[in-house]
This record gives sequence, structure tokens and C-alpha cells, in this order.
Amino acid sequence: MATSHHTSNRANADKRFRWTLARRKVVWAYIFLAIPIIFFAYIRIYPALFAFQMSLHDYNPLAAEQPYVGLENYEKLIDELNKRKSPTKAAFQNTANYLLLGVPIQLCLALMISLMLNEIRFMSTFYRIMFFLPFVTSTIAIAWVFRMLYQPRFGLINVMLQLVSLPQQPFLNNPKQALPSVLSLVIWQGMGFAVIIFLAGLKQIPRTYYEAAEVDGASRWHTFRFITLPLLNPTIVFLLVLQTISFLRMFAPVLAMTEQGRGGPLDSTTTVVLRVYREAFTSFNMGYASSLTVVLFAFILIITIIQLRVTARRIN
Amino acid sequence: MRFIKLFAVLAVLIALASLGSVALAQDDMIEIEYWQYNFQARVDAMNELIAQFEAENPGIKVVHNSDIPYANFRDELAASAPAGVGPDVVTLFYGWIPAFVDAGYLVPLPEDAFSEDFILEHFSPMVANSKFEGSYWAIPTAVRSLAMFWNKDIFAAAGLDPESPPANLDDFVAAAIATTVYDGDMDVFNITQQGHAAAFASQDHHWFREVLLRQYGGAPYSDDGRTVTYNSEEGCAAFSWLSAFETEHMTGSNDILDGSTNAFVNGDTALHVDGSFRIGTIARNNPELNYGVAELPVGPNGERHTFGSYWTHGITRRANDDPARLEAAVKFLQFITTPAAGTLWVNSVGELPAQAAAASDEAILADPILGPFSAGLAYSHATFFVDESAQRQVLIDAFDNVRLGGMDPCEALDEAAAIEQELIDSFWASR
Repeated sequence: MATSHHTSNRANADKRFRWTLARRKVVWAYIFLAIPIIFFAYIRIYPALFAFQMSLHDYNPLAAEQPYVGLENYEKLIDELNKRKSPTKAAFQNTANYLLLGVPIQLCLALMISLMLNEIRFMSTFYRIMFFLPFVTSTIAIAWVFRMLYQPRFGLINVMLQLVSLPQQPFLNNPKQALPSVLSLVIWQGMGFAVIIFLAGLKQIPRTYYEAAEVDGASRWHTFRFITLPLLNPTIVFLLVLQTISFLRMFAPVLAMTEQGRGGPLDSTTTVVLRVYREAFTSFNMGYASSLTVVLFAFILIITIIQLRVTARRIN
Repeated sequence: MRFIKLFAVLAVLIALASLGSVALAQDDMIEIEYWQYNFQARVDAMNELIAQFEAENPGIKVVHNSDIPYANFRDELAASAPAGVGPDVVTLFYGWIPAFVDAGYLVPLPEDAFSEDFILEHFSPMVANSKFEGSYWAIPTAVRSLAMFWNKDIFAAAGLDPESPPANLDDFVAAAIATTVYDGDMDVFNITQQGHAAAFASQDHHWFREVLLRQYGGAPYSDDGRTVTYNSEEGCAAFSWLSAFETEHMTGSNDILDGSTNAFVNGDTALHVDGSFRIGTIARNNPELNYGVAELPVGPNGERHTFGSYWTHGITRRANDDPARLEAAVKFLQFITTPAAGTLWVNSVGELPAQAAAASDEAILADPILGPFSAGLAYSHATFFVDESAQRQVLIDAFDNVRLGGMDPCEALDEAAAIEQELIDSFWASR
């Protein structure tokens, strides 16, 4: 009696749930995925959306109330950009300079280096590590090392200049030299990443194409121009998008390399993100700072879409 | 089921942990939170004051948060406020008070505990002058003024009398030139020992604004503090005098030798203008330094002026929401601003007691290092800032325009005045 009761119960249970092993696996996968997704939504997506809302308010984090001001923060932004000189204007101009100089230089250097690394066999791993190492090192640590290298009189670079009887340079202390000085660190540090991605791209190109080109007697330049470059196009697009975004978001090196993190001298190194930080946390204009992030977001979005459209077309 | 149980247990544990402090507080114990930025001497002094206060007031517990570095202090306050946490009593730079009042973060000091008569009678004039919008919003334990530091060894080596520091601005320039040493041509880059390095990011913007300008016969702002007036003939003369150390006399620069302050502490600079808080830095980092302190040199009009400033304690909106906590906060504030607290403070931090009686104590006035700072309190001015950081930046940029961009000092000052006026106008426009 007891036994038969037990069996019928189990039969009912099987009907109700129909939990197969495969289904259970899927459900568990979703449960595990849900945790990072909820975390990501709460920590990244919700605050990002919240920034849009903040940009429409006179948002002072210390205040009890945050009055709605419509597009006032955006009007202020336009006013600032129309001035002859303003920190906001300098931030946008500098960010454009970092981007327009940094991305092409970084990608060209990385491509040259990866082409060479692709050729060598002896100690190739060692060289790859050497180029990749800066990328995995803390930006702040590197920035401080560079700051010391650039120091007047006792900095390594100025010591070497003195040794060969060249005049000392102010580097970070001069409004004209400061931006290139910061930029060289960023280019150097981010290059390792581009090199590794280029190397992976180069490995994807079938050797038979090169062999065929060799049989046809193509020069090295022609091989590069008509085989390597076109087949590397997806890699280039990928890096172009990624590096553009990273240059637009530049912040830490400027914070660490300039006096008291002010992006000086004379706003010559400040970036949009540094401006956002200073407006939000030293002047407590979080609404205005949010309007800057929204504009930066729009820029990143537009530039990324254009790059994907224009550059991806040539893949086929 | 097992998971649900586990989650339930976890939730209860978390709730208990966060309620722990509340449970304690319900046990007739009022807990208030006090925040200041991390500066070891101040932290130690405050720990001592808190221990004394808790012994006298067994029903109150003060939680001391002093882990936040100076550079992040404002960030942390800004992050804590929307989260509904943060201090009941907070120590802020006096120049930040208008911005914090503007945000509604601070509440006025209660009349019965800190009446205007009491403040006027007992505190340094710069504290008494801090009334804003008809109320006092904060009250300090200690105040500081600027004075002149000089390196006696460098003076002796340059053939100057190590015991007689420059008394006026002309002597100051002459001494700076006499003590500058170059390795090669007369060029800022070749300096191995500085006479004086002007650094607007440190204290020199104060020296210009509140001291030199007045000594040249000008004034930094209109009497109501709402109009910038330093872009005058007098302002231009004072600004040119200070800029000349780097552009003309080439006696030093903030860009070399690890910045002007470190250069003095390390013994590489002869003359330096700074506050009494630097005494502790020197004692810690270079106790061997053979230096003296004197009042700032008198100006062309023979007058003495100095800049006064202070870190000051205010009561927050958060404390005001709960009568019991507010009462405890007021008691705590009274305790840490007594002359006795000021005396404890001067001994460990080097800042002078805010209550005038303790600050002009015989022992302090006779002290060769603290005496000149204490003497300065009588003729000190504390600038009214609407956005201290931005207003400082304006003068840093003006100086950079002169020394790096080759701009004429008068033109640079005009540009600075226009930008600063806009900052001040926009602050008042929103009030």
C-alpha cells in the first residue's frame, strides 16, 4: 500500500514539473547570469541613465532639493564654448587634440611594431611581453614615473639633454609642451594592447596568399598594400573604435601628471572627463557636469557609428 | 527551500549588523558622527578632545571619521549627502562655508550656545567677520596666519646676517637675489638654490590678494565683497612685484626643485611665505632645518597685513533632523572650541587658538616660531570666497599667463578680474 502510494506520487510529480537535466542546466545558467546582469544594470546602466536626468536639474549633491532647470545646463555649456577662453572649451579642444593625434600615431606605431614582431622568431615572446607590459601596469604608477622623467634639471630626459648640450625643456610645466608630454605616455601605454590585437589579426591571414604573391613576384610594399592591409581591415576598425573611445575618456594620466590634478598649466592638458570630475566634485555643479557627460556620450556614439559605417564598408 | 532559508539567515545577519549601532544608541546613548580630513596632527588632537568630551558626557559617543585624504574630502561629503549618511559635525575650510550654506548642508549655529556677542567678544576678528546671511554657520578651534620663513644657513652663507630677516619689500627682493645660486647662466633652469620662488598654487595668491595689494594701497574686493577691485593700478604694481621673482630677478620657480614648499623644507630656498601649519611639516620631514619665522615684511605704505584662515566646525542638516543628536552636536561643538581646546591644539598642530585670550597667551607671543603668527592675528584678513578652488585657480592662471605666456601683468590681472567677477555674480544670482 505504502509503496504503491509512493510510486503514484512520483508519477504525478513528474507530470507537473517535467524538469529534465538539460532544462535545469539552462535555468541555472540564467540564474548565474542574472547576478552579473543585475549588478551591471544597477552599477553601470542605471547611473548612466540617471546622468541624463541630473543634467536637467540644478544638481548640488550637498543640497536637500535638486530643482528642475530644463536645458539651462546645456545653455551654459554652449555659452562656455562660445567664449574666447574657458576651461570647458579648453577641455573639448584638448580632447580633440588627444584623439586626432593619439589614435593615428598609436595605431601606425602599433602596426609597424606588430609587423616586425610577426617576422621575428628568436625571443619573440620576450619582445611581445616588453610591449604588452605597460598596458597591464597601473596608469597612475606610470604617470608618476613619467612625471619624474620630465622633471626639470634632475629628470632623466633633461639630464640626457644636458649631456648632449641641448637646452633643457620644461615639458609638463609649459602650456605648449604639456599636452604632447602627456600624450606620449598614453600612446606608449596603450600601444601594447593594439600590438597584441594586430598580431592576432596578422595570424588570421592565410600564408597561402603571401606564397601566391611571392610566386607572382610582388614587392614587399605591394604585399602589404594589397594583402595585409585589406585583410587586416576588421582589426583596424575594431582598434579604431576602441582606441577612439579610450582617448575620449582620458582622465587618469592628466589627473596624476599635472599639478594638483588641475589639468594645467593654463588648462593646456585638461580633458572633458577631468572637467566633469572637477565641476562635479570641487564645484558641486553636478547638473552641469552631467550635461558634459551627456554631450561626451553623444560624441562617442556618433563617432563610433560613423567609424563602423565608413571603415567597415571596405571590408567586403 | 534550503536556499531560501540561507538567504533569510543572511538577510537577518545583514540587518542585525547594520542595526547594531542603532541598538546601542537606543540604550540611552546618543551617537554623533564627526568628520575631518586626514592630517595626522589634527587627528591626534581631536582624538584627545573626544576622549575628554566623552568622559565628561557619558551619554554621548562621538564617532571620529578621519580616514579621508584632503584631496577626496569634498568628494566624500558630496557622495555621503545623497545617501543620507555622513557627519553631524564636520570640519570645513572657512572658504568653503558659503558654498555649503548655499546648498543647505549646514544649519546656523544655535543662538543660545553661540550668541553673536559671545563670538565677537571671545574669538579672533577673522572669525567674528565670518557672519554670512545674518548668521554664524561654523566655529573654529584654531586659526592660522601667514608669516615669513627664512633659512638662516643660506643667509649666513650669502654673507647676510642670519638673525635679521628682511623687514620690508625692498629688503626682501635684495635678500632673494643675494641668496640665489645658479649652475651656469642666470636662468631659472640653472638654479641650484632659490632666493624666493613665487607659487600661486600654495600661499602666494593670499599674499598677493590680502597683503601686497593692501600694502600698495589697493583693495582686493569692494566692501560688500561682491565686486573684484584688484585690477587697479595698485593691484598691477603688487602683482608685478611678485611676478618679477620668476620673470625678472629669476630667484626661483615653483616648477623646479620639487615645488616651492618642498624646496624650502628641504633647505633649497632662502625665503618662503607660509602658515604656521608648516612648522609641523618641517619638524617631521627635516628637523635639522635651521630656520626662523618673522612677520611678513611691511609694504611701501609702511603697513602690516597678513592673510588669516581656519578650518572650522559646522553642524549639518542631518544632525538638525534629530533633536537629541542636535543637542549632542552642540555640546560637542562647544567643547572643542574652548580656549583649553585651543591650547591643546596649538601644542600638537601648531595652529593658534581661535579664542583671542588663548592665542595672545604670553608663552605663545614669546615663542620665536609661533610669536610672529600670533602677532599677525591682529592685522589679518580672511578673504570671503564663494568658490575657493575656482577663485584660487583664477590667480594661478593669471600668474601662469605672465610667467609662461609672457603676458603683461596688468593685462593678466584684468582677465583674472573678469573671470572672478563672473564667478561671484553667478553665486549671488542663485541666492
